[in-house]
Amino acid sequence: MKDNNLNGRHLLAKIFRWTCIAVTGFAVLILGILIYQVTVMGLPWLDMQFLDSFPSRFPERAGIKSAFFGTLWLVSLTALFAIPTGVLAAIYLEEYAKPGKVTRFIELNIANLAGVPSIVYGILGLALFVRFFHLERSVVAGALTMSLLILPVIIIASKEAIKAVPQSLRQAAYAVGATPWQVIRHHVLPSALPGVLTGVILALSRAIGETAPLIMIGALTYIAFIPEGPMDEFTALPIQIFNWTARPQLQFHELASAGIIVLLGVLLVMNSVAVYIRIRGGRSKM
Amino acid sequence: METNEQKSTILDIQNVSISYGSELAVRNVSMPIFEKTITAIIGPSGCGKSTLLRSFNRMNDFIGNVEQSGNIILSGQDLYESGVDPVEVRLRIGMVFQKPNPFPKSIFRNVAWGPTINGLSGNIEERVVTALKQAALWDEVKDRLHDSALNLSGGQQQRLCIARALAMKPEVILMDEPCSALDPVSTSRIEDLLFELKREYTIVIVTHNMQQAARVSEYTAFLENGVLVEFGDTDQVFTRPENQRTEEYVTGRFG
Repeated sequence: MKDNNLNGRHLLAKIFRWTCIAVTGFAVLILGILIYQVTVMGLPWLDMQFLDSFPSRFPERAGIKSAFFGTLWLVSLTALFAIPTGVLAAIYLEEYAKPGKVTRFIELNIANLAGVPSIVYGILGLALFVRFFHLERSVVAGALTMSLLILPVIIIASKEAIKAVPQSLRQAAYAVGATPWQVIRHHVLPSALPGVLTGVILALSRAIGETAPLIMIGALTYIAFIPEGPMDEFTALPIQIFNWTARPQLQFHELASAGIIVLLGVLLVMNSVAVYIRIRGGRSKM
Repeated sequence: METNEQKSTILDIQNVSISYGSELAVRNVSMPIFEKTITAIIGPSGCGKSTLLRSFNRMNDFIGNVEQSGNIILSGQDLYESGVDPVEVRLRIGMVFQKPNPFPKSIFRNVAWGPTINGLSGNIEERVVTALKQAALWDEVKDRLHDSALNLSGGQQQRLCIARALAMKPEVILMDEPCSALDPVSTSRIEDLLFELKREYTIVIVTHNMQQAARVSEYTAFLENGVLVEFGDTDQVFTRPENQRTEEYVTGRFG
């Protein structure tokens, strides 16, 4: 038998495997502790009264209604603005733009924008949407700001998904006399859809959790009503949570935990919907 | 053995040169493609045969920095004249690729897609059935037309791709090494199919398999380093080549 240090290599493989398991376990553990703490503190407060009340300076009467609906408004409008813009930009960059210095420059800048701190987007939103366009502290101003924030993420994820569509598929479609639009509409986009959706989910999840830009554009106010139109003032879940944690009383901290549970719930529902769409999209392609 | 005088030229390649950046891939190639015949383009890897083939239906348009000169004339129409729509060129000249590339859709929709998006007249279903029969695939798939094309074997997928091209009823079909990813049985089925198809279609096939070229084609073009070394009757090219290089290549002394 040749000695090619097989035992040593197997040992290395085992060590690597267990390192991976340990690291994954650690991440899950931290998340578990976090959820446990939040649940223990917040669950007793999580009832219909909490969901169906507006903020109040009395903890037992305070609720999350305006923040919850504010977040729904904000995310819906953000999705409306950011998804078409982002996906179309990705299609342009991958399918139409001629590779060259200008395209590379644009792509580099998009990648850089993804790393800009969110507060900077808040400042931009304040100057541009709130002041310059006189949208004031409306849901629209907030959604536009959030759209700018998540646009790079959507573009980059969509670009990667489109890039992963095999060139042979495009050629096959062109060879039967398809126009570029038909190739994109019938082949490139359906094949890229799962990847695009993953990017969209990640981006919208980020939008739901962002606080800083909203504070910057002035959404940190006492709102005791549900926005009825895009021009109404609003508050959102992370702002309400931030607001409660900033108060000295313990009850408000517990309210914040209850708010976090609601926020996590909204995220979970959104992600489940997206996963469902992905599975259905994957099947209908067949 | 047919005589070549009666054949009319459907595709006329005149002084075509193609370069990628500074690299000249095809150098001043002129040759005719005769109607309802099979023409084989042979030559060592990297000799420019695929590049030349893709220029016939403007598939090189998708590759950046390609420069092309010369004329390619399909029944009197220069395919590279300004104002010619490349989409229309590809409607008239179909293509089958090296690796089977069915759409990730059902067998039926693979064939039906081309006629549908182009709004071709007539019954789409009939077209699909005819194309599948012509491609000798009908008996194998008639009971599962709505299954995914990706579940077919490699050879079946390639015949599906041929059916997809046939459904457009093109004037010329280009095949870029269509059997190179297939096993011998699938290969011989496709070769049999080519014999059937040339009654109605003009076929240009790029192959690096010389036996295949000798078996299926009536005309053979031998390309080396982008230069058309020899073009002629397949019989003549393989048995009495005029050029020394051709002889060395077809007898397997290089390449």
